[in-house]
Amino acid sequence: MRANRWFTPWIFVIPALVWLLAFSVWPSINTVRLAFTNASPLGGVSRFVGLQNFQTMFADPQVWEALLNSVVYMAVCLPLLTILPLLIALLVEKRLPGIAFFRTAFYSPVIASAVVVGLIWTWILDDRGVINEMVKALGIVQGPLPFLTDRWLLLFSAISLTVWKGLGYYMIIFLAALGNVGKDLHEAAALDGAGAIRRFWSVTMPGVRGTMTLVGILVCVSALRVFSELYILTNGSGGPGGQDQSVVMLIQQYARGFTGNLGYASALSLLLFAVTLVPMLVLARLNSKAQQ
Amino acid sequence: MSDITDPDFAVIGRAVSPAPDVTGGRTPPPPTGARRRRRGWGVMSRRELILRYVLLVIVLFIVVGPFLWQLSTSLKGSGEDIYTSTPSFIPSQPTLENYGKVAEAIPVWLYIVNSLTVAAIDVVGNLVFATCAGFALARLRWKGQRIVLGLFLATLILPGEATIIAQFVTIKDLGLSDSLVGVALPGMIAAINVLLMYNAFRQIPEEIDQAAVVDGANSWQRLRYIALPAVQGTIAVIAIFSFIGAWDDFLWPLIVLQSPDKLTLTVGLQYLQGTFSNDQRLIAAGTMIAFIPIAVIFSILQRYFFKGVEEGGVKG
Repeated sequence: MRANRWFTPWIFVIPALVWLLAFSVWPSINTVRLAFTNASPLGGVSRFVGLQNFQTMFADPQVWEALLNSVVYMAVCLPLLTILPLLIALLVEKRLPGIAFFRTAFYSPVIASAVVVGLIWTWILDDRGVINEMVKALGIVQGPLPFLTDRWLLLFSAISLTVWKGLGYYMIIFLAALGNVGKDLHEAAALDGAGAIRRFWSVTMPGVRGTMTLVGILVCVSALRVFSELYILTNGSGGPGGQDQSVVMLIQQYARGFTGNLGYASALSLLLFAVTLVPMLVLARLNSKAQQ
Repeated sequence: MSDITDPDFAVIGRAVSPAPDVTGGRTPPPPTGARRRRRGWGVMSRRELILRYVLLVIVLFIVVGPFLWQLSTSLKGSGEDIYTSTPSFIPSQPTLENYGKVAEAIPVWLYIVNSLTVAAIDVVGNLVFATCAGFALARLRWKGQRIVLGLFLATLILPGEATIIAQFVTIKDLGLSDSLVGVALPGMIAAINVLLMYNAFRQIPEEIDQAAVVDGANSWQRLRYIALPAVQGTIAVIAIFSFIGAWDDFLWPLIVLQSPDKLTLTVGLQYLQGTFSNDQRLIAAGTMIAFIPIAVIFSILQRYFFKGVEEGGVKG
C-alpha cells in the first residue's frame, strides 16, 4: 500500500509539536531555571542567585497576603460555583419554547472579556454606583458601602464578579452531565411516587456527583489563578495597601518595567504551580479510586 | 486565563475557553438527541411551567442586568445626571455621542484592528495545525505516536499563568516583544485544541477509513474527504473559542505590549478607566464596543456550540 510514507504523520504533527515545545515545554523548564537567577525584563546578563528569590518570597508579607486571598477566594467560590450552576442547568435542561435564548443569555458573561466584566462591575459597585444608590434609598446604611476600597469588601466584590462570570461556564458542564442521568430512573422514581425534590436527591445528585467533583476542582484551580477581576476592580493597584493582590498579580508586576525581576517572578510562578497542583492531585486521586 | 473565569478561566491552556475533559472519561458523552428530546414536554404541569419561566426570568435579570445597565449608561447624554439617587434604566436623552468620544480618548479603531489581527492569526493557526496534528494522532499509525500524545496531555496540567514569564522571555528572545505577532504566537496552536480534534477524529468509524485505504487513498485524501466532513462541529467550536480567547485575553497582551499604538482592545480599554477619562459614560461605551461584536457572533453561532455540548463532542 502506497498510502502512507513514514514521514507523512510527522508533517501533520510537527507544527503543533514545535509550538508545544517552544511555548509550553521549554517555558516550564525555563521557569525553573529563571527562578534561580535575577533575570531582568530589559535583558542583559542574568546571574545565578541560588535560593535568594525563594527566601525573599517567603519573607514577603504580600506573598502571604496573596495566598490568604486565594484561600478565601477558593472557600467562597467552591460551594457557590458547584451548586448554583447545577440549579441553573436544571432550569435550562428541558426544551421549552425560548430555552435557546435563555441558555445563550446565561452564557453571555462567559464570552465577555474579564476587562469588560470588571469595568461594568466597577461602575455598579462604585461609591455612587447603582447598588450604593439603591442601598441608600432603602435607608439601610448612611454612607456608601466601600465595595472597591475596603480590604475585605473588595475581595468579596471580586469573588462575586468571578461567581457571576462563572455561572454560565459551569452550567454548560452540568448540562452535558445531566444528559447522562437516566430518564428511566427518573420515570421509575416518579411512578413510585417520588416528588421533584426527592428525585433530585436520589436520582439527579448521584448521577452528577462525578461532575460536581470535577467542577469543584476546576473552581479551585481557577480561584488560584485569578487576575483580571482584582486588577480591574482595583485599577491595577491591588487595593488598599496592595492587600488585595493575587499571586498572578504579583507575577505580572514583576514582569515589566525597570524594577522588574523575571527571576523573582519565576519563583512566584513555581509557587503558583505548586499550589494549583494540590487540587489537581486530589482529582487524580479521586479518579484512580473511582476506577477501582 | 485568563482566568478562574477563563471562563476566562479556561482551566488549562491560555488561549482557549472550553474546559478539557480532565476526568479521563468520568463524564461520558450524553445520550443521543432523540432520547433527550423525549423528556421534558408532556409530564410538566402548568404550575411547573410557570414556575420555571419565573425562575428563568429572575436568573436572566441577574445575568443580563449588568450588561443592560452598562448599555444604558453608555447611551445617556452629558446633560443627564448618571449619579442620581433614583437611577433610571431608560436614558432620558438617548445619544450615541459617547461612542464617538471613545475614539477621541483612545484610538479605538486601531485597537480593534490590532485585536482582530491577533484573533485572525490564532483562529487560522488553531484550525489548520490542530486539525492536522489531531488527525495524525487519531487516524495514522506511526512510531512515537503515544509519546507525542502523552506530551500534549501532560501540558494540560500546567496553569498558563505559571509559565507566562518564561513564555515572555521566549518571545523577547525571538525579538517579538511589544509586537502583535508576539501576542498572537503562543496562542496560535493550543494543546487543548489538538486534543479536541484528536477526540473528534477518533469517533469516526474505523471501517470507513479502512475502506478508503483499500481504495488507495493517501493520508491527505483521507483527511480531506473522510475525516474533515465528519468533524465540522468541533472545528466550529475551536474557531469560536480561539476567536473569543484572543479577543478577550488581557494578562498576556498586558505583559507583551508597551507601545500605545500596539495595544489590543482589552488593554487599551483599561486606559479609559482613570488615566484618559473619568467619564463613566465613555467607559461604558468602550466596554460595549468590546462586548457587542462578540455577543453578536456568539448568538449567531450558539446553536453549533450547544449542539456540540449535547453531542458530547466538546465538554465545556
